[in-house]
Amino acid sequence: MAKEKMQILVCGGTSCSDNQGEALLDNLKLELEANALENVVHVVRTGCFGLCALGPIVKILPGEIIYSKVTPDDAREIVSEHIMKGRKVERLLYTDPLTKKTLISEKDLTSHKKQLRIVLRNCGIIDPESIEDAIAHDAYEALGRVLTTKKPQDVIKIIKDSGLRGRGGGGFPTGLKWEIANRNKSDEKYVVCNADEGDPGAFMDRSVLEGDPHAVLEAMAICGYSIEADRGLIYIRAEYPLAVARLKTAIKQAHECGLLGKNIMGTGFDFDIEIRYGAGAFVCGEETALIHSMEGLRGEPTVKPPFPAESGFRGKPTNVNNVETFACISPIILRGAEWFSKIGTEKSNGTKVFALAGKINNVGLIEVPMGTTLREVIFEIGGGIRKGKKFKAAQTGGPSGGCLTEKHLDTPIDFDNLIAAGSMMGSGGLIVMDEDDCMVSVAKFFLEFTVEESCGKCAPCRIGNKRLHELLEHITKGKGVPADLDRLKNMSLVIKDTSLCGLGQSSPNPVLSTLDNFRDEYVAHVVAKKCPAGKCKDLMEYFIVSANCVGCTACARVCPVGAITGERKEPHLINPDICIKCGACMEKCKFDAIIIQ
Amino acid sequence: MKLIKSPADLKQIKKEVLESKYGKEKMRVRVHMGTSGLASGAKEIFDFFKVELEKRSIDASVVSAGDLGYSFAEPTIEVKRPNENSVVIGNVDKLRADEIIEKYIKNGELVDGILPTNYQPLI
Repeated sequence: MAKEKMQILVCGGTSCSDNQGEALLDNLKLELEANALENVVHVVRTGCFGLCALGPIVKILPGEIIYSKVTPDDAREIVSEHIMKGRKVERLLYTDPLTKKTLISEKDLTSHKKQLRIVLRNCGIIDPESIEDAIAHDAYEALGRVLTTKKPQDVIKIIKDSGLRGRGGGGFPTGLKWEIANRNKSDEKYVVCNADEGDPGAFMDRSVLEGDPHAVLEAMAICGYSIEADRGLIYIRAEYPLAVARLKTAIKQAHECGLLGKNIMGTGFDFDIEIRYGAGAFVCGEETALIHSMEGLRGEPTVKPPFPAESGFRGKPTNVNNVETFACISPIILRGAEWFSKIGTEKSNGTKVFALAGKINNVGLIEVPMGTTLREVIFEIGGGIRKGKKFKAAQTGGPSGGCLTEKHLDTPIDFDNLIAAGSMMGSGGLIVMDEDDCMVSVAKFFLEFTVEESCGKCAPCRIGNKRLHELLEHITKGKGVPADLDRLKNMSLVIKDTSLCGLGQSSPNPVLSTLDNFRDEYVAHVVAKKCPAGKCKDLMEYFIVSANCVGCTACARVCPVGAITGERKEPHLINPDICIKCGACMEKCKFDAIIIQ
Repeated sequence: MKLIKSPADLKQIKKEVLESKYGKEKMRVRVHMGTSGLASGAKEIFDFFKVELEKRSIDASVVSAGDLGYSFAEPTIEVKRPNENSVVIGNVDKLRADEIIEKYIKNGELVDGILPTNYQPLI
């Protein structure tokens, strides 16, 4: 190996760049040139280190030394001291906020310990189309161990002891679910994998199926062994073509080498898996609706009980689990229930994958132990809010959940705390909103989704949600009255109490939680007829500040409806009766003369 | 692949694959090709590495995998130089891919766009 050259890594994450990181990078290059080192030492821009509060961050290789809060003026000292003389610049060394210790190596960073990958352990690591690669990364080892050394009851006990709770939304204890399915005797039983990920903004199930399909197949077989079922079904939406293709390949390969099918690993256990396609209806994530859809019937829910564990697919006992839940199974078997139960909080064990979306810098998938705070997720792992704007709220649980606000930033995220905060875990979509988002419009957006996705079977959901949506539409158009707010709340509570399935029971959550947390914003809409965030078109007016207007006519030329008039070099005027509020004039104006009122 | 008739067979295969695929340190480029990656052009990058590495006579394997979850920086690739820690690089286009081959793969010189690892793997 050649002797490693020195390299300076500068964080190029949005937060560090905005914080003079770019000037720092230029200065480092200039300093190196001044010392004729530009060909020996390279300066490289990296992605976010996740240490945004301490940025800009500089890391120097070899040695992995990390400097924090580096200003452009520090470039000279770093080059003259560290690069040329090999002496660390003590005052800039990164200090860990928790241990208060000065860190030398990146490996000791606490932020790196914030994420732990159990579900995503092999995603992006193995070749999903090669069963050999999966086997090399421990796939099917847990199945082998279970089939040869454990009784079904032992497996159920391990899963129960691990404290694993269903990752699809409700958080029902998985071990208990398996136990009930095991207890119901029948000639035929089914294991169903719910891969109908319908929550907008969540894509962890897709990622697991695309990156590590064997993890799900193996766990389904383990579940089959525990509940004494010999058939598995994966219900997946046809909109996930890549996940479907990789699942098919994986099932075929597992069949070819005898890891699925008859007499698996010579133990006499038979298990087969089939794929069933969904058309992407949100309600089919509800287990009874999902089962009906698989039977070829309309995807509509039915009353529970009977629960699927008693009478599910074709009237036989059926165990339905979500993809992410299944992905936790083999690590639990291989490492033991105790290991898993030590991760996370007291009542929510293990990790949770979140799909970060919205106004956050690092959109994507993260996996953190339960009990990680929202602040850590958004500001440390997610790199903070886009364009340095202010955090306003984060929606968890998608259209069935609620929003968390600034006061919830330091609440540890787990199943129970989210419910206490008026939201829910859901499948783990986390949509981040900043100061520019209007919470009334956000509630309206999620309701629009549930109105469209309601199956129409029960009246509270079909009619109630439609009425709720109309009320919100009214409010955002400036036609609301203060009494509407109470009407919203009452109607929401009635829909929650009287709907048939989880979709209707949770659909008013976004309205209730925004009403609770952002009542002033609703009041501004119905009393002052103003949208504080400037999002509701009908509640705003474009206005030219005559003191700033130089009369360049740029706005008048770009206006598509001819609403702007005025003489050259004289202040212009917008006629509010003609203006369609497209905002084109505001974008064009170079003098900040156009404002929204 | 041959039939696995017992957990011992499984162990044997695991051992063989680990030896043949991961035993000898070799230059490896892994392109993350899940939906997010592919939508951002990962297939093009995968083909580029396949063709260009051969053209430039560099002995390396180019493999595919699912997404790492870094949707904000797709397409992402991971490069592993023999006996060194692997490096993940984001926002790879053909221009950067070329730079990666010329600078990092050939000389070990880092390039812009490195994504620091921000998680603990399950070991």
